[in-house]
Formats: sequence, structure tokens, C-alpha cells
Amino acid sequence: MNHQLSGPVDDVAAQAGYDDHPQRVGFFTDTSVCIGCKACEVACKEWNLVPEGGEPDLLGLSYDNTGDLGANTWRHVAFVEQAAPRREPVDLGMPAVGAPGGQETAEDDRDVRWLMMSDVCKHCTHAACLDVCPTGSLFRTEYGTVVVQEDICNGCGYCVPACPYGVLDVRPDDGRAWKCTLCYDRLGDGLEPACAKACPTDSIQFGTLDELRERAEQRVEQLRADGVTQARLYGESPDDGVGGDGCFFLLLDEPEVYGLPPDPVVTTKDLPSMWRDAGAAAAVAAGTVLAAFLGSRR
Amino acid sequence: MGRRTWIDHWPVVRQLTGSDPLGRGAASKSRHSDELTARTGTADRVVKSICPYCAVGCGQDVYVRDDAVTQIEGDPDSPISRGRLCPKGAASEQLVNSPSRETTVRYRRPYGTDWEDLDLDTALDMIADRVIDTRARTWQETDSEGRFLRRTMGISHLGGATLDNEENYLIKKLYTALGAIQVENQARI
Amino acid sequence: MAECHPVGFQWVMEAKRRGAAVIHVDPRFTRTSALADLHVPLRAGTDIAFLGGLVNHVLQNELDFRDYLLTYTNAPAIVDERFQDTEDLDGLFSGYDPQTGTYHPQSWGYEDAQAAAAAGHREMPKSGAGRTTPGDTHGAAGATLAAKPHMDRTLQHPRCVYQILKRHFARYTPEHVEQVCGIGQDTFRRVADAITSNSGRDRTTAFAYSVGWTQHTVGVQYIRTAAILQLLLGNIGRPGGGILALRGHASIQGSTDIPTLFNILPGYIPMPHAHPNQDLEAFVEADAGSTGFWGNMRSYVVSLLKAWYGPAATAENDFCFDYLPRLTGDHGSYRTVLDQIEGTVKGYFVIGENPAVGSANAKLQRLGLANLEWLVVRDFQMIETATFWKDGPEIDTGELETERIGTEVFFLPAAAHTEKDGTFTNTQRLLQWHHRAVEPRGDQRSDLWFYYHLGHRIRQKLAGSTDGRDRPVLDLTWNYPVEGAMDEPVADAVLREINGFGADGSPLSSYTELTDDGSTSCGCWIYCGCYADGVNQTARRKPGHEQSWVASEWAWAWPSNRRIIYNRASADADGRPWSERKAYVWWDPGERRWTGHDVPDFQASKPPDFEPEPDAKAEDALAGTDAFIMQSDGKAWLYVPTGLVDGPLPTHYEPHESPFTNVLYTQQANPTRQMYGHRANRYHPPPSDPGSAVFPYVFTTYRLTEHHTAGGMSRFLPYLSELQPEFFCEVSPQLAAERGLTHLGWATVVTARNAVEARVLVTERLRPLKLQGRTVHQVGVPYHWGPNGLSTGDAGNELLSVVLDPNVHIQEAKVATCDIRPGRRPRGRELLRLVERYQERAGIATEESP
Repeated sequence: MNHQLSGPVDDVAAQAGYDDHPQRVGFFTDTSVCIGCKACEVACKEWNLVPEGGEPDLLGLSYDNTGDLGANTWRHVAFVEQAAPRREPVDLGMPAVGAPGGQETAEDDRDVRWLMMSDVCKHCTHAACLDVCPTGSLFRTEYGTVVVQEDICNGCGYCVPACPYGVLDVRPDDGRAWKCTLCYDRLGDGLEPACAKACPTDSIQFGTLDELRERAEQRVEQLRADGVTQARLYGESPDDGVGGDGCFFLLLDEPEVYGLPPDPVVTTKDLPSMWRDAGAAAAVAAGTVLAAFLGSRR
Repeated sequence: MGRRTWIDHWPVVRQLTGSDPLGRGAASKSRHSDELTARTGTADRVVKSICPYCAVGCGQDVYVRDDAVTQIEGDPDSPISRGRLCPKGAASEQLVNSPSRETTVRYRRPYGTDWEDLDLDTALDMIADRVIDTRARTWQETDSEGRFLRRTMGISHLGGATLDNEENYLIKKLYTALGAIQVENQARI
Repeated sequence: MAECHPVGFQWVMEAKRRGAAVIHVDPRFTRTSALADLHVPLRAGTDIAFLGGLVNHVLQNELDFRDYLLTYTNAPAIVDERFQDTEDLDGLFSGYDPQTGTYHPQSWGYEDAQAAAAAGHREMPKSGAGRTTPGDTHGAAGATLAAKPHMDRTLQHPRCVYQILKRHFARYTPEHVEQVCGIGQDTFRRVADAITSNSGRDRTTAFAYSVGWTQHTVGVQYIRTAAILQLLLGNIGRPGGGILALRGHASIQGSTDIPTLFNILPGYIPMPHAHPNQDLEAFVEADAGSTGFWGNMRSYVVSLLKAWYGPAATAENDFCFDYLPRLTGDHGSYRTVLDQIEGTVKGYFVIGENPAVGSANAKLQRLGLANLEWLVVRDFQMIETATFWKDGPEIDTGELETERIGTEVFFLPAAAHTEKDGTFTNTQRLLQWHHRAVEPRGDQRSDLWFYYHLGHRIRQKLAGSTDGRDRPVLDLTWNYPVEGAMDEPVADAVLREINGFGADGSPLSSYTELTDDGSTSCGCWIYCGCYADGVNQTARRKPGHEQSWVASEWAWAWPSNRRIIYNRASADADGRPWSERKAYVWWDPGERRWTGHDVPDFQASKPPDFEPEPDAKAEDALAGTDAFIMQSDGKAWLYVPTGLVDGPLPTHYEPHESPFTNVLYTQQANPTRQMYGHRANRYHPPPSDPGSAVFPYVFTTYRLTEHHTAGGMSRFLPYLSELQPEFFCEVSPQLAAERGLTHLGWATVVTARNAVEARVLVTERLRPLKLQGRTVHQVGVPYHWGPNGLSTGDAGNELLSVVLDPNVHIQEAKVATCDIRPGRRPRGRELLRLVERYQERAGIATEESP
């Protein structure tokens, strides 16, 4: 088994030691049908018993008042208001399939566009959070997802800066790190994650990664064929800096517009060379710890 | 649990002996993670319901354990909603389990400056008395032209749009028998 | 729709995925606009001009679905020669009485076919607030005709409905649409092309609307305009067609069907009005008409009275018809609030409502609450309507003092939907049973419990009374079984009573089984069949994926489980589907029956070529092509010869408060709109008055996805409150610049009623409209808030006046004028002074009545 820390990985669960495991699952979030209702945010919190996000505050970020992903916001709906040059009118004479529409602004050659996107932990193929976690709290599940184990996390916070997407965060009142688990408990019962189940327009689609990638390719091709030239996938490619995301997106503009890093790279990409130097020391240390522990349980 | 089994659960042991030498997967899985189950699966019962917010009428599955609602989510069987819910529908569990929901009768006496406690049965009795008294004082048998009215214009009502049909039925039936006609609901607001 | 009915919107997205074009017409750019193919931003309050433009486009270019039109509508009917249109009278119809502000509608009828209103039994509309409207008098039967009209199927007769329509709408040109609505002519033509090319045998267009159409002083006529358009295009009674009301509360449809409304009884039977010596016979005769299914109204009424009065209701005593109280005019919610302020209304039950912040002119509501003897509030949370005496805004301004408010308040905690059995009726007339999952806690009880036990208690206290007025209470059938530790009435038993019983005591299966001799009982005739075969049909839950796309085995739709009403019109005159693609119900000549995907909304064995006998009654008087079976003539009415108080055809009038004069007619606003003069309900001057410039902006109120109406079910919940944490208003960058408003800063919005403060969202989604050489700014005011709960703020409803549609008494909440200024509003008495200064500047400070 090749234990890579970057590049494409065929079987991320097998690499994490699951000999017999289910197929890798994830989310395909199709923002072209997102209506910004925030059902995902609420359904996530209801299921995972996530505390409300502190003192409510009007943020003025369009209709977004949760601001960002965080320890108490595992799904976050971003709202982007744009005034852009006029699009070619969609022919409505006969049925048409198109991107979200726009309206005329006060300036006659500009349209307003309102983009919405439900963001979530990407469950990266190469998850730096997991690489840096010193306690083994963050781990790769048999579904290929990345989960913080609340009974292990000691709140060291190393994972927080490691995440190239800024997903991880520490809950101030209990000190531990929290993020989307892709509803690990539900997966075990054969249920889809709460956000995907609630999503009224199926903007959030849950499934095996292979199937989602195929579906996403078809969708983006269809949109482009319908003249939505800006449609693109984000995070679906195994060749990207994190080896592809378990949760990827169809966007209608540049990733930066949605607050996503344009070219995320796993922050632990250079770890292998570091490990070659540190490997022996680490093995010795682990052995020592084990011996000490066995001794204490007499 | 024997020592061997117990030690097997210790991540480093699993890491060194299993197929996850980097300790980032199977070897790191905690007991808590191992034992996780969906609380929907351990519910005592699942009760079929309908969302109480807007009039789309989405199907809801209400999960109950120890006589408490533990989860409400969309009913996939519903041809209307196909298991989906909006943020309000998804917040239904919080609606019914809200800690700020009132659980006792509150009473404010005329010119009073604060709430007082009141027994439910007493409250019902007092309200019945108010209805009977007001009705008697404001009864209109006929109007000035001698037309038959048989009503009170002293008792009014607002509400019904979030109520069950059966409730509205008793409301309309009772008020009409009492001769109270100023009965209205959200449909006109 | 994406904003307020997100889960319903999945079907719009599904349609879009399959190729449907989605057009969103709204003054604001909302979450719906964001997903639509085209957003049409029209000036608030101008939909009749826009829809009228589309009607004109269809008529001028003869794009109507002629076969449908001739078969199913009254387009060929000849109208009385006395009728004069708004074209003839500059914005008024014939029969207008300026003294009373009402119409005498006799001239609106068909030639030689007396409209029922002229037959002698009807009340003429009265003046002022005490008026009676046909809507009050008629229930859903609306109105009836004494005979079928003369028809000109060539549509050439100058007084046929088609030609009248053509003349009436001729001035609704794209140019006028642009001037009135602020919609560019290119955009208008794109919409016109889209709906006409997507209508016909193979295609249908659907309209979905909500209170953006109803909350206007011409709200009924908004819907009417859409109805005319959809009938011209053949889009009613067909799959993928229709005019779909998206209602905002779980059972607001049910609360109209089984009404907690003053003017109707269950099943849209009108409440009787005060008449000398009117018995059941006269009541039915005056209202029912003899043809169409309302021709059976006596059966519906008698069965209702049997359900309510049981053995006490006999043929000898007219089935206790005289037990019903009588109306004498408008007893609607707003009239009642004014009567509370006047002191004639002593007691008030508020059940799952929050008028202190949720009704138009919220101050007026609270002044009413403060002048009651007693108030009962039943809700989940401590809402503003229950606490007005303690912390209402008038305590701060000094208008009210807690120690001087005599209202005795009972707050009773309510049970939630998971804590009781019962049915909600959703927006598509579907009754869906919800099962009790857990018991409520403490004193929490269902409203079923409260009303059953209240009634029981009252009956106990009145037992033995010899006063005649107590007979209706004591004779009431009120013996419902109870269950559990709380003595909860069995909702199932109530539903069975609503469904009704036959002479042998078994559940009825259809309203066609109802009789007028007292042998059947039925609590709501349109719900008859919901317990057919002794089975609770509303609790059916066959999974959608295990049945046809119509899903007829999921719950139960009234009437008779029909999912699309008037679906006879989905087939042509001969009973064949208009096209294979749009096949829905059709005549099976072999079986000699109507059949199809849905339950046919037609007599199952009446062949398409059936012609009634001249003296036939009720449904027997309808021909095999009379698809609109509730109408006395079986036709859909493009032109309404009787039944509406503000005219037989929709006409564009400016909103009651508007910065613009009406460019289509001299008549500015709906001449019959219902106004209430009161010091706390002052109206802004008309645009011709210089004082109107004090309130130069248009505002519109609305809801957000994250909250629910007046907030009782959302502002108290953390997960929803954090998503929209406080009251805000939305303005364009241009208006912000004009008034010095800053993003996230505070603004004070002022009207002659009150002033509210809101955080400001500056957004290009709100767009200034340019029309008639001027720029008009619109202010967006979501209205969910109040001082209680987790997400708080002033109530947008403080700003509105009470001015109503005359047909249905609904307030104009979707458009009015205001001023907006930077900064927070003053506190205490200074708030009153601010509003008074505006009133003085506008010249309306001393005005008591309009």
C-alpha cells in the first residue's frame, strides 16, 4: 500500500487501513439550483445537536448571517450579489434550460445576479487536518470521510491552520475542534446526511464519489451547452492540490467569488521528506510510549 | 473486557499491528466512533406527521424515544415533499422542544402589573363565565328594524390558519351556537 | 416561491430541468428571481396593468385557444345593453353611486338573464363600513344566474363578452404597461411570447401567486385578470396549468373550508343575513341558484344543521335554521378591531395569531387589545399579543399605562402538531392527517381540548336555562369521546362528523349522497368522502414512488379526492384529450364513463354530447360540455355578470397610496375600496395633493425564508433566529445615496401611522424604477418582527394603514408610501411627535375620516 500525502489516490479508505470497506462517499453541491434557503444549515444543526452560533448578528453579507464555516456552522450558505454585464437574453419562446437569471440594474447594460452556495468540509483525499492531528482524533473513516472524534480531541488546535479551506475551528466553550462529519452516525445506519436529505432542490447531492463525479460532469456539460459558459466544477479533480475533494461543487463563477481558495494545496504536502528524517525518532518514541503504557496496566 | 481486547482498541497497537501504519484511519477509530448509531435507529417509534409551517404540507417523520421527540425530518414517502424540508420545517424539533415554550397558564388581572399563576381548570371556568356574562350583556335578539339577529357583538375571535380542521370545526360550531359572529382568521390578514 | 415555499419550489426546479421557462414577476429580486430564467421587476401595485397587457396581447393577436374558449367560457355570452364599461366612463362601470362609494350592479348582467342579485332577495350593498358585499352574502357560490345567457358563438356580437373584453383591454398596450409598471417593452414582449407559445393543445402555462396578489385594494381583480388570461389560453382544469395560490399557513386553506371566518359556514355556505321572516327555503332560494352543483345547497345546509343540532333539528322547525346568528354587514377582523377601540367588543380569543405585530396598522390592533374586558391568547411562546399591556410600544410612548389597562389576560399554552391528532388542509386542497407522537406537557393543550371543554363547561353552566337564546347552545351535539389522562377529545370522531353519516349511521362517501330531508348529516359538505368506507382517507400514506404521478392514494383532496378541479376541461368538447401529451381525464366511449389519471370532476356517466332538459335543476341542468360544474351556467366567467362589488372586469387602479396618478383613467384608485377613518389610521394624501411629497417612496412588505409570518413559530427558535437575527429594510444604492443611508446603519421608515427603525441593507437587488419621466424608489420591509423572542425588531406592520379590498376585506399590505431617513427612531413621546410632524407637513393632521 502506498501511503501518499499528495496526488491522486484510488482507494483512500484502503490506504487508511480498511481492508473491507464501503465505497467512498461525498457531496456534490450544485450551486446552479441552490435557492439559499439554509435548510442545510438547520438540518445539520438539528441532527448533530450543534449549538447556535453565539450572539446573533446581522452581518450585512447579503442574506448570510452565519458568515463562515466554523465549529458551530458545519454547513454555511454563502450569498454573492453581483452586478455584471448584461447576459444574452434567454430565449423564452420555447422551453429553455438556463442558469439562474438576472435582472436589469439601474445602469441599463448591467444585470444583477445572486449566487448562493452551501459550503461544507471538503473531506479531502489528502486531509492536512488529519495529518497534523497529534491525538488521532481526526481520522479517516471507512467511507473515506474525515471526522473529528469528540472523545479524543484535546483541543490543541493544530488542525485549524492546517486546513487549506479554513473549515476547522475550535468551539470556544469546550475547546475542542468540530466540523462536518458527513453525518458519520447516519451513514452507519444507511441514511444520507441530514443536509442532503433536507435540501429542497437537490442542490446538495449525496452519493458515492464515483457516481457524483459522473453526475457532475453531465450537469456541467449540460449547463455549458445551454450557454452557461461560466459553469465549472470545483474540487472534483484527483489531480488538484488536495487529491480531489470528497465534497465538491458546481460553481457559476470563479471560486474566489464564493470565498473558496482557487488552488487549495494540502498543507502537509512536504511531510514525506520531513518524515524520512524524523521517522526513526518517531518509531522509537511510539515504542516507548507503548511500553510505558503496558507497564502501567499491570 | 479482557486485556487483549482492550489493548486491541488502543490506537497505537492497532496502528502498529494493522494495515493503517500511519494511524490515520482504522487504527485511530475511537470507541465512541465505533459505537455511533443514528438516533433515528434507536427511536421507540416513528410517527407520521405534517409540517406545521406553510401550506405546502411536507411530510414529516417524528422520532420518539422515552416519550420525547428526538428528531423530526422529512418523510421520503410524501409525493409532495419527497423527504425534503425547508429551514423552518427542519427546525420543527426545536419548535416542539423549545425550552422557552410556555407550559403553564399565565394570568394578568385587570390593571395588573405582572403575570400570576392560575390553575388550568380555574382558568377554563373563568373564561366560561366571561363568555356567558359578556354574551348576556351584549345579546342582540333583533335590530331596530325588528329583524331577527340572535347574536352577540361582544365576543370576537382571531385564529385558525395553523389549527387543525377538527379544531376549527369545533370553534365555528361553538361560536355559531353562542351567536358570536366576529370570528376571523389569517386568511383575511 | 423559493422564498416562502422552498420545498414546493423543487417542482419548479424539476420543471426547469425538463425545459420549462421560469418567469418571476416581483418588485424585488428575491431568491426566486435568482433561479428564474427571467425576472420582471414591476412597480408594486401594478399587476393588473401588466396582466391586462398580456390579455390585450392575446386578444389583439387572436392568440386565444379558440376551441377551449368557445366550449368552456362565457366569451360568447351577450351582455345587457345597459352595461357601460370603464372605457365609456373613464374608469368607472355603470351603476356607480358616488354618495355611497358602491355600485348598483343591475346593468352588468347578461341580456335577458336576470342576475340573482336583481331578483329581489339580495341586499344591495350599503354604504361605508357597514356594507355587505356579495362575497359576504354568497359564500363560494359567488353569484348565480336565473337563466342561461344568449350566445353568439361567432364572437362577433358587439355586446358579447369577447368583444367587450377586447375593447376593455385595448388600452393595456406595451407602451402603457411600460408607463404604469416600469417594465420595458422588450421584456414585456418576451413574457408575452413565452406564455402564448407555451399554451395550447400540447402545452400549458401555470401561474403561481401568493399574497403579493391578494393584499391590495383590488386584490380579487388581480386574480381575476390572471383567470381571464388563463382561460383565454386554455390553461384551467389541465395538468401543468392553473392559477395556484401558495398559501402561507399549514391549514389556512382548511380554515377557509371549515371557516373561522365571519361570512361563511363550512363548505362556503354563506352565513345568513338579517332579513324579515327569512326561512331556510328563502335563504336557499336567494343564494343557491337552481342550476349547477350549488343547486343542491339545501342538502348541504340541512346536513350541516343535522350535524350540529342532531335530533333537535327537524323538518318542522326548519332544521334549527333560526339557531344561526344573522349578519348585518362587514364583521371582518379590521372592523372588529375598531369596534374594540370603540368599546362594543368586550372579549377576544386570539388562537395561534399575533395581531399585535402581525396585522396591518399594528398600533390599531394594540389599542383594541388595550380596550377589552378580557383576552384569551393561546400560543406556544409569550408573543407580543399576550404582553402588550406590559411592554408594548405604547407603554414607551406613554399612550398607554400598564396600571390603566383594564384588559384581563389569560395566556394558555398550546399543544404542538406533534402532540395532537388532526388534519391540515394544504394549499392544493389536500387533507393530511398528522398523528400524535407525544403528550403535551404541563398545561399545554390542543385547541380541540380547549374548545371542547370550554363548550362543555358553558353548557353545564347554562343547563336548565329557559332563555331562548341558550337553546342553540344546549341543543348542540357536543358529546365527543375523550381519551387519555387529559381527556383529549378524539379528533377522529370529529373528522367523522365532518365527513357525515347516512340514515343508517354509516359514513358517507360523497357529497352527492347528501339529502335535504334530514336523513343525512355532514359537518362540511366539500369534505364529505374524507372518511369514505369508514376509513380515514386523510391518513393514507402510500409512498409516492409506488403510485402514479397524480398520487391519488396519498391523503385525500376535496372534493371527492380530485387533484385538479374542473378537469373536464382537460378534454375537448367531445371528451378527447386536447393532446396525448396533456391527457388527464377523458370520456371512454366503450365504457360510457369519464376516466383518466385523476377522479373526473364531472358526473361520471354524463356523455360529452348530453343536453339538459330546459327545466332541469342542479347538476342535471349542466350539459356534457359544462366543465365548470359549480357555476350556475357551467361556464368559466371571463366577464363576471354578478358577484363582485368592484366591477365585472379587472381595471387598473393605482394603490390607495401611490406617488403616481393613474395614466389609464381619471379614476385614481378602486372607487369601492374600503376605508376606515380613524385618528390612528390616517391615510396619505393622493398624488395630486402637494402633501403627498412628504411620503415620496413606495414600500412593500414581505416574508423571508428563515421566518414565519409574525414570528411566533420562528423568532423564538435559536436556529432560525441566528439566520435572520433582526429587522432590516432593503434599499437600492441610489436611494441610499439620496437619503444618506449606509449599509448596516440604521434607518427610520415613517408613515402617517407610525415610524419604525431598521438596519439597512443596501443592495442592487432593489432597483429604482424609471417611468413617466420620473424615478421611483422602492423600500423593502420584511415584516416578521416584534420586541419579543430571540430575533427582534420593530414590526413592519406599524407602517401600514387599514384599507381593504371591498370584495374580501383584505388589507393593502403590499404597497403604500413612506419616507425613509437615516438614524434610529426617537423614543418615548418624541416618536409620536415625529409622526405628528409628518402628518402636519402632509396636511392630514386633523383629518378624522377620508
